[in-house]
Amino acid sequence: MYQLFTALRSWKENTTRKIMAKLTIDGVEVETQERDLPLLWFLRDHLQKTGTRYGCGRGLCGACTVLVDGQAVRSCQLPVAALEGRQITTIEGLGANEEHPLQKAWQEHKVPQCGYCQGGQILSAVSFLRAKPHPTNEELDAMMAGNICRCGTYPRIRKAIQSVAGGEK
Amino acid sequence: MNDCRAIDRRAFLKFTGLSSAGLIFGMRLGAQEESADRLAPDLFVSLEPDGTIHIVAHRSEMGTGIRSVLPMVVADELGARWEDVSIVQATGDAKYGSQNTDGSRSIWRFYDRMLLAGATAGQMLSQAAATRWGVGPETCQRRDSQVIHEPSKRRIAFKELIAEAAALPVPNAENLVYKESKDRQYIGKGGALVDFKDIVHGKAVFGADIRLPDMLFAVIDRSPVHGGTARQFDATAAMAVPGVQSVETIAPFKGVHAFQALGGVAILATHSHAAIQGRNQLQTQWNASPHDGYDSEAYRSALLETASKGGKVVRQKGDYAKAIERLKKHEASYYVPHLPHEPMEPPVATADYRDGQCLIWAPTQNPQAAQSTVAAALGIPPEKVIVRVTLLGGGFGRKSKPDYVAESAILSKQAGRPVQVLWTREDDIRHDYFHSVAAVRVEAGVDDDGYPQAWRMCTVFPSISSTFAEKVTHASAGEMSMGFNDLPFDIPHLLCENGEALAHVRIGWLRSVANIQHAFAIHSFIDELAVAAGIDPLTYLNRVLGPDRLLDLKAEGADYQNYGGPYATYPVDTARLKAVLNTAAKSAGWGQPMPKGVGHGIAVHRSFLSYIAIALRVRVTDGKVQVEQADVAIDCGLAVHPDRVQSQMEGSVVFGLSLAMMGGVTMSRGQVNESNFHDAPVARMADANMPIRVTILPSQAPPGGVGEPGVPPLAPALCNAIAAATGKRIRSLPITDHDLSQA
Repeated sequence: MYQLFTALRSWKENTTRKIMAKLTIDGVEVETQERDLPLLWFLRDHLQKTGTRYGCGRGLCGACTVLVDGQAVRSCQLPVAALEGRQITTIEGLGANEEHPLQKAWQEHKVPQCGYCQGGQILSAVSFLRAKPHPTNEELDAMMAGNICRCGTYPRIRKAIQSVAGGEK
Repeated sequence: MNDCRAIDRRAFLKFTGLSSAGLIFGMRLGAQEESADRLAPDLFVSLEPDGTIHIVAHRSEMGTGIRSVLPMVVADELGARWEDVSIVQATGDAKYGSQNTDGSRSIWRFYDRMLLAGATAGQMLSQAAATRWGVGPETCQRRDSQVIHEPSKRRIAFKELIAEAAALPVPNAENLVYKESKDRQYIGKGGALVDFKDIVHGKAVFGADIRLPDMLFAVIDRSPVHGGTARQFDATAAMAVPGVQSVETIAPFKGVHAFQALGGVAILATHSHAAIQGRNQLQTQWNASPHDGYDSEAYRSALLETASKGGKVVRQKGDYAKAIERLKKHEASYYVPHLPHEPMEPPVATADYRDGQCLIWAPTQNPQAAQSTVAAALGIPPEKVIVRVTLLGGGFGRKSKPDYVAESAILSKQAGRPVQVLWTREDDIRHDYFHSVAAVRVEAGVDDDGYPQAWRMCTVFPSISSTFAEKVTHASAGEMSMGFNDLPFDIPHLLCENGEALAHVRIGWLRSVANIQHAFAIHSFIDELAVAAGIDPLTYLNRVLGPDRLLDLKAEGADYQNYGGPYATYPVDTARLKAVLNTAAKSAGWGQPMPKGVGHGIAVHRSFLSYIAIALRVRVTDGKVQVEQADVAIDCGLAVHPDRVQSQMEGSVVFGLSLAMMGGVTMSRGQVNESNFHDAPVARMADANMPIRVTILPSQAPPGGVGEPGVPPLAPALCNAIAAATGKRIRSLPITDHDLSQA
């Protein structure tokens, strides 16, 4: 997270100069002058990667979650220029080569209802399981606290994550 | 600029990588009409020579699984292998019958129709194989996309039979022979949902994912007060935002709002974010509205006051007034605030108007209403409007109202380009068709044993009818039939009344509708009576529900609508209520001694032709409520896809928890005070981390609804559990308004 703050500072310095921002999205290097644009809209409107979704625009719901260097962040809150040189993974990129175990688990546990939030849910789980492979129930609640599911698939999200985490250790 | 627009849309969708999903949404329908050597004896099913079986999903997918489950009924009767099925999402068209995906009725209304489609095509395939083999068609079976003749161990793929079958006459409905339930492959068992893989890979196409050449994005400034009109605006700052292209005004709605565009000032831009930023820079002044003075706190007092006075009688038996004189009287009033829908995907729609025709892509629960609303808004015939339905990122009733679709059509016509209208979360919360704020007053006279012999209740809320007609003062028969005039308790003297209320915001239906306030009041009050009598609530409820019987509501003057279902097929059956009640109680371990601060609560309710009981175990620590366990029992008749029934029950528990614990918005000076998930919160993981155990009672009764009926029993079960845990009775929602720290 600290690295992101540093990046934000350099973005503020560079933003007035319209320097091209270079970032890597799902393995592809992308250049843009849209330095101020929140990543969410850059993905959706400029790259046509629509799997990352708008839900609140204020970092409250998690529908726009992507991974930045493996860490879950809210793409509606991050200007493109803050992501210079970083590796960004969207839900389309996560299982592009090989389906991620969580994507498999989501299907095995029949998690989705409407499906709108699920990309963000999966990416949050990917990020947090990397940091904490065997979370307790309380840790699981905390790590998924930023992702809302209005359909109420929480019980199945828990089961899907637990099936991959393999229980507390 | 116009070069782009000349691109064939089909080619464009293929080109842009929207291909797979883009094809699903409507494109295949065109293909279906073109192929010659195919078997298409029914509107809903067609078989292609390559083995593909197209089945039409004419209802909207918003999370129930209906886009898979109704076609699965066709596939089962047809004998199709599910992997061979390709779903075709229907455009809005009257030929399908109602496509209005609300009221929890997709299954019960279209189950027989889907069987008919499957049997019609299936019987032709069986006949074709039987003729080829020289055997009787009744000796043939169909499964795995093959016709099978067991006695001779012969089998043949459907695709080999298409030409012969297509030459046969289409059988009459009365000559169809249906499979027996023992031969069912999917019905009652379930099967894979077609959208899961796309969803977990971010490839599912929702409303905002549509991209057209030359398309503009629009975000609209609407009056903060209902009925306000724009007096003047200053778009200087808005136009200075890079990407903003133009400003368009949308005329205010005429007469009653219904599904019309609200009107306002739209910022059109090349990109979504520019449109949002532009709108935020727009300075609009609004004319006065008759609703400028609306204050939800003052209105609450007025509703409660009205409820205490009584109103129009909507059901009556015995003589309440006389009976109450000799009985011990209890009374209580209950309140539910305006509730917003807050689907994760806010309203969004894309329109491409040109040459007197309009093409729409929208996440809509009601493509036919979208079609007629757009036609009226543009002044063109409905057949000139084609509505393609994307996946819905949640609906809950909000997306039955196509005002946002009308906005996109109006702006596309005015701008002369395709337009996608985006609603921000703030727009969604401030300009919703809110679930009606409601007050319900209940009083009862109890006998010496503490059981009610006389019951009177009065419900007061601005009606959904106010969205469609001027000066509506009373609830509709449909609203009265939602857990109010169908009170199933065995009480000799009964009086059900409805008081007057006028609407000051747009009122609409939200998942389970008026059942929310009625179930909350009735099932809380019955628990209060049980507690006052010192009787276990489960014992008490079983006795109040009375002997096994079918209610004769007509005889008691109720204009009972029964969710549109025929009463002879779907009567109110107290035996089924008691069965789910006792099943949920047993599952919950009802009656166990509870530690301090922990309590069980239960409620049972019939709605949308299904019977549901919910038992909750709740712990209250330092004023904080945590649900530790939820036990749900449902009798929905035949459960066509048990896993999706279960998932709807799980979702209903969480949805019910949201509205009971933290739901509701408030209005001051006519304006909604809340704006986003920070001040209009919904349940998160930690709020709903309890195990939810769902029991589906086995039944061969005709199927009932599933999407909504799990919601109503949740709030009363929760408040009953809190009362059991703490002794404190909560009579108004949300629960977070109450201080339980001293309880």
